[in-house]
Amino acid sequence: MAQQVSVKEPTAEQIAEQKIYKQMGVTDEEYAKICDFLGRKPNYTEIGVFSVMWSEHCSYKNSKPQLRKFPTKGPRVLVGPGEGAGVVDIGDNLAVCFKIESHNHPSAIEPYQGAATGVGGIIRDIFSMGARPVALLNSLRFGKLTNERVKYLFEHVVAGIAGYGNCVGIPTVGGEVMFDESYEGNPLVNAMCVGLIEHDKIQKGVAQGIGNPVFYVGPATGRDGIHGATFASEELTEESEAKRPAVQVGDPFMEKLVMEACLELINSGIVIGIQDMGAAGLTCSSSEMASKAGNGMELNLDLVPQREPGMTAYEMMLSESQERMLFVVEPDKEEQAKAIFERWGLHCVNVGRVTDDGRLRLIKDGEVAGDIPVRALVDECPVYHKPSRIPEYYVKNASVDTTRYPEVTDVQDALLKLLASPSIASKEWVYNQYDYMVRTSTAVCPGSDAAVVTVPGTRKALAMTTDCNGRYVYLDPEVGGKIALAEAARNVVCSGAEPLAITDNLNFGSPEKPEVFWQLEKAVDGISEACEKFGTPVIGGNVSLYNENSKGAIYPTPVIGMVGLVHDLDHITTQGFKAEGDVIFLLGETKAELGGSEFQYVIHGVTEGRPPMIDLDVEKRMQDAVLSAIQAGLVASAHDLSDGGLAVALAESCISGGLGAEVEIATELRTDFALFSESQSRVILSASPDKADRLEQAVRAAGVPVARIGTVRGNDLTIGVNGRQAVNAPVKQLAQVWKDAIPCLMK
Amino acid sequence: MNFAVLVFPGSNCDIDCYKAVEQTIGQPVDYVFHTETDLSKYDAIIIPGGFSYGDYLRSGAIARFAPVMSEVQKAAEAGKYVIGICNGFQILLESGLLPGAMRRNESLKFRCHQTKLRVENNTTPFTRDYAVGEVIDIPIAHGEGNYYCDEETLQKLKAENRIVFRYASENPNGSVDDIAGICNEQGNVVGMMPHPERAIDKLLGSEDGKRMFTSVLNAWREKHGAASVR
Repeated sequence: MAQQVSVKEPTAEQIAEQKIYKQMGVTDEEYAKICDFLGRKPNYTEIGVFSVMWSEHCSYKNSKPQLRKFPTKGPRVLVGPGEGAGVVDIGDNLAVCFKIESHNHPSAIEPYQGAATGVGGIIRDIFSMGARPVALLNSLRFGKLTNERVKYLFEHVVAGIAGYGNCVGIPTVGGEVMFDESYEGNPLVNAMCVGLIEHDKIQKGVAQGIGNPVFYVGPATGRDGIHGATFASEELTEESEAKRPAVQVGDPFMEKLVMEACLELINSGIVIGIQDMGAAGLTCSSSEMASKAGNGMELNLDLVPQREPGMTAYEMMLSESQERMLFVVEPDKEEQAKAIFERWGLHCVNVGRVTDDGRLRLIKDGEVAGDIPVRALVDECPVYHKPSRIPEYYVKNASVDTTRYPEVTDVQDALLKLLASPSIASKEWVYNQYDYMVRTSTAVCPGSDAAVVTVPGTRKALAMTTDCNGRYVYLDPEVGGKIALAEAARNVVCSGAEPLAITDNLNFGSPEKPEVFWQLEKAVDGISEACEKFGTPVIGGNVSLYNENSKGAIYPTPVIGMVGLVHDLDHITTQGFKAEGDVIFLLGETKAELGGSEFQYVIHGVTEGRPPMIDLDVEKRMQDAVLSAIQAGLVASAHDLSDGGLAVALAESCISGGLGAEVEIATELRTDFALFSESQSRVILSASPDKADRLEQAVRAAGVPVARIGTVRGNDLTIGVNGRQAVNAPVKQLAQVWKDAIPCLMK
Repeated sequence: MNFAVLVFPGSNCDIDCYKAVEQTIGQPVDYVFHTETDLSKYDAIIIPGGFSYGDYLRSGAIARFAPVMSEVQKAAEAGKYVIGICNGFQILLESGLLPGAMRRNESLKFRCHQTKLRVENNTTPFTRDYAVGEVIDIPIAHGEGNYYCDEETLQKLKAENRIVFRYASENPNGSVDDIAGICNEQGNVVGMMPHPERAIDKLLGSEDGKRMFTSVLNAWREKHGAASVR
């Protein structure tokens, strides 16, 4: 074993004696295990490599037992979890490839680059599968928008997403943004990418064929992002600012070139295996590719393009410089690969070869700088079954009566307040900064229940959405998890699509806290049960733990990214009312369920009690009825009821359609509860008068409660409750309040 | 009629322009790489939107030096039809084929949405199928669309009827005189910030951009004595 070149690097002995591994997040037990695997003490490069591969971010060591509960199989699933991204069949030899990933910690300290590189990373996951990325979504959570630091983070996260996605030329078509104090200091930035692929083009990240050359393509490796994966696997503290160098810098132009060149390379059919260098850069891509093929890999680090002189093996292996890819081709295809990259102004470099000894061997300055069994890195990370405990707040909330609040008499004023609440208000300020139309296939733009993107060459389209109400999950993780999945499906169905599958991003606090671990366990239980019920397997995802700020853990936020299939373009449906005289229906039952509602938060200033209950059978029946009605051509508009309840949903349908509505409801509930309750399994449909009866009969025959509640008419929204007028406002006024809220706060 | 859609490193509306030619007028169309040095077989050249060379300097400032651009210059001089859309417009400005310059949007933010355009000049080969004064829906998507020229140039543009499109309602970027698109003295070179290739299908929001493609085909056919399309 050669001595390390850098004089500053501690020796294997010093690492052991001074427990330097602890600074890298490696425990004493883990260190002992590593020594066993190596049969000696690891040098600085080796311990660095282990520390990133055994971080939660790369190994899922704390979450694996939970993730195993997810249903991952289904008749349409072509590739499940474990590859860069999952792939689902959509017929016609086509498939959809999608995944969501978080960049929470980098975005908390360097919002523009943190968000931008989050987008870049998820795009590489998709095209390294061989798929052409066709859409981006993002799910964002921030603190209260009156806080100056929150405004700064919000502004720059949005700019970072725009700066990257717009330049690469992939439309950002949807997502969600919510604001709550819980996320102060630890925003959530989850980016999702959706791609299209032909079945026979699906790639796997495998280093097969002993002796085959391994190529590196993309910009040179620099000292940025070192230990990014480790940084993502610990809590944010006041010292986190000092970790700014662990945040990478993105170059979307380079990404565009690398993407076009790699897709051309894949289409040429000569690629054996390809993987992007994401978290843990060269380390993760090389060891995973070798592991999947049951092989080893030798990397000559002297050949790796370097941005600056004097880089050590440790730095090169741990760098998270962006836009880099690793791929394997047969030796006689080398020139063909080079020619493709040259055309895009890129150089691919042969940096190693596939070996048969199952070891990751690193050569630096002509000597061995590291020699590690691949299996130890990828498969042998210890798995932890963390203790879990029911939190006190959960027990206390059982006895909180969420109907004890004094009745709000000015319901219209409450509606205006809710429309102006940043979580509900129009997100135009956000999505107008995104190019959501490039590639000319965006049939439903941001701002409706789900975005819809057409599939070229077919009559099909893809509906896509991200959803999660962190307040519900906090109040009851299992119920909240079910609702997150159900709401995503409801959005997809309301757009006219059949839900296909999901990708999930589990954003939680520190798993070292038993209460947080309990949240994780229960949320996964809820999501899993709902996935089974809706026939939407989990085809991949991401886990982001240690999301904490000085006040504690964030609300547990398992974001669901769902894709659905629109079988015919004629089925595409949006939330806005369509024509004067159309009949408005409310599907589902409204109960006094205010726990975790936007109404409870905005009007009463608390988040407490239990969230709305959900019966998955009822929900599924309702969604099936809605989708059948849409496919039968009976529905003019469809909008799911979520944050803000019936009144907000009606206002949104009016605003989107530029039309008024006259609504009258009969209820045994208090007026404010009837209008703002967030009971689940509810949808508003509208239908032209000649189809209204058929729609009503069809829905009723399916066993779904349905009420004819009004008519699309005029320029005002009027809502009467049991014969008494509760709301009477011009749609223009509602629209103004709803549209101006975020721009005003951001001025 | 043969169309070329130029592809610079970082172009990203090339596919959309290519599809638009196929879908609206069904004419032969090729992607032509930035390194190409012969455009003689093409009758019309589309310089698409995107971020050529990353646009890390001024938008279009590097692209103007690409080998293909001297061919575009020749084609323009020969009276062939040249249109630059969004980043393509920026490249035409940088290369001096059209007067003026582009600044960042007044809001300093990228903006993407439908806009209303008023057709000011229907004598160019790209706008002959519109009526003057007609208001059409064409989307924008840009961060640097704030067209600027000095007073003298503006007077000249006005006097020579070279303002092709103006924003008809809100001006989304702060451009001088609400300018959204202009042409050269001969009218065969047009630059515009909005994206007509994104407005050829009602399903995607508007089909008001279709007639820019039928216009140029009709102009060419008239010149070559063929029947016009509708």
